[in-house]
Amino acid sequence: MSIPSRAPAPDAPDASDPSWTAAIRSLLERRLPLAHLLPVRQPFFVGSWVYVFGVVGVAGLVWVIGSGVVLAFFGPGWWHVSGVGRFVNSIHFWSVQLFFVFVVLHLWGQYFMASWRDGRATTWLVGVVIFVVGLVTGFTGYVSQQNLDAQWIAINAKDGINATGAGAFFNVLDFGQMYGIHVMLLPILVTTLVVLHVVQVRMRGVVRPIEPQAPGGGGNPHTEATS
Amino acid sequence: MRKPALDQEAYYRGIPTVPYDLLKELVLAFVASGIVIVVLALALSSPDVPPVTIQTWAQQDPVDFVTTATSELAGTSFSAAYGPPYTDGSASVQTIGPFAPQRWAGNAVHLNPAEDDVLGPLAAAAVGNPDLVSALAAYTSADGATRQDWLTAYTDALDAATTQNGQVVVATGDYGPVPVLMANLLGVARSGGLDGLLLAGDHFFETNYTKPLLFMGDGGYLSGLADNQHLLGSQWGMMNETGSYPGQAWLWLYSMWYQLPPYSTAPNADLLVVLTMLVLTLALALVPWIPILRDIPRWVPIHRLIWRDYYRWRRQSRRARTV
Repeated sequence: MSIPSRAPAPDAPDASDPSWTAAIRSLLERRLPLAHLLPVRQPFFVGSWVYVFGVVGVAGLVWVIGSGVVLAFFGPGWWHVSGVGRFVNSIHFWSVQLFFVFVVLHLWGQYFMASWRDGRATTWLVGVVIFVVGLVTGFTGYVSQQNLDAQWIAINAKDGINATGAGAFFNVLDFGQMYGIHVMLLPILVTTLVVLHVVQVRMRGVVRPIEPQAPGGGGNPHTEATS
Repeated sequence: MRKPALDQEAYYRGIPTVPYDLLKELVLAFVASGIVIVVLALALSSPDVPPVTIQTWAQQDPVDFVTTATSELAGTSFSAAYGPPYTDGSASVQTIGPFAPQRWAGNAVHLNPAEDDVLGPLAAAAVGNPDLVSALAAYTSADGATRQDWLTAYTDALDAATTQNGQVVVATGDYGPVPVLMANLLGVARSGGLDGLLLAGDHFFETNYTKPLLFMGDGGYLSGLADNQHLLGSQWGMMNETGSYPGQAWLWLYSMWYQLPPYSTAPNADLLVVLTMLVLTLALALVPWIPILRDIPRWVPIHRLIWRDYYRWRRQSRRARTV
């Protein structure tokens, strides 16, 4: 093997480099430059209170995941017999409530802002998927509580799920299955989708305000839903 | 360095920008939401009404327990006749014309309530109990019609049953070995043994509560407790929580359909509600591509409230240009 006689070239992107790594790096630098990912200036209209909802939703999710990790570590029975466990469960319970309140506010806010405009339709789509997956995550959490509420929700909810045929592989009466899905699969999915959603927002930036309709139609140059 | 593919500079051209600290905003949101969450957790704790066990059910309402167990043995309980995914029955199979996903998915659990909830646990408890051994032998050796006569007569008698010292007492009649079977099952249940026997499977570790939950769901005791906690479907129970705590309020729309006709009276209400919600969820996800739905935000001036600073700035800019 020959030893290079000169120092390696600076590690700069090279469009002619055929490697996969270079291709991914080039793509990221074009689609998601750091200036977009971590901006230090924004259009002044982001000062509106409506932009807070999404951020608090993400903060709520961090509390949900953090308290959920502690509950999962000590096991599903811990919080029923431990004062500290009950407190951690209470954190989990109220952070879930907070998360959903702000996600719903965020969703309605984004709807009335028509935030899918100017190529942001998939951002909207992923946001709705996060909401739906969040519902399933909350549901599996409720049937994993190991108390009267969990028993009754499982018995009551089985009919709706069975009617679709999903009961054959998603058994709400099987605590082990629900708990496993709740503490591992769905949190990973929700977190991944939220990261994707935030990256989508940062890639294109927040949508411009809706321009007033000019007389005779038209007038809004930013209404396309294409992505 | 190459220009970004999505040029935000061009997109926001002409709009003033302001300093913005994304990470600081996230940290502040985390701290502020944390304060709210911790205060709520300290002040209000979280709901935790203890679960019902087969033991507490048998101790608190032995007549309901025995009545339910008799229906399991007779094959007339809700779960015995349920259909997929628990049994081969069809009583709870919901369809819309030829659309029958529940039937197509098939019987995945293969539940046999008579054997799983009554005869199996009794056989396990019969060791060293000659009365129970002979009662079981008498029951299993009888023909189907005779068994049915015993069970029907005993079920009728249970309507007027009383409780004495924790035992269920019925009027004298021809019930065959059924009263002995039920007295022993009640005894096992009151001791807590049936909780374990219903959960026991082919291996040591078990986390599947399908059998005990369906068994309890067939009775009236658990639903009575749920009623007291306003958890029934007719009470919007899907979105409620025990006590006065908020529940899954985000399921309000799902719960609402069950309160309204034709859903509230339809035999296939669950399937209708799930499909309705599926269509609505798809519509929500696909709003950007659906005319009218995607135009509503432009017609409803909420955006003018959200971006009022922007519109004020725009008016002032135009006025300044005109001057």
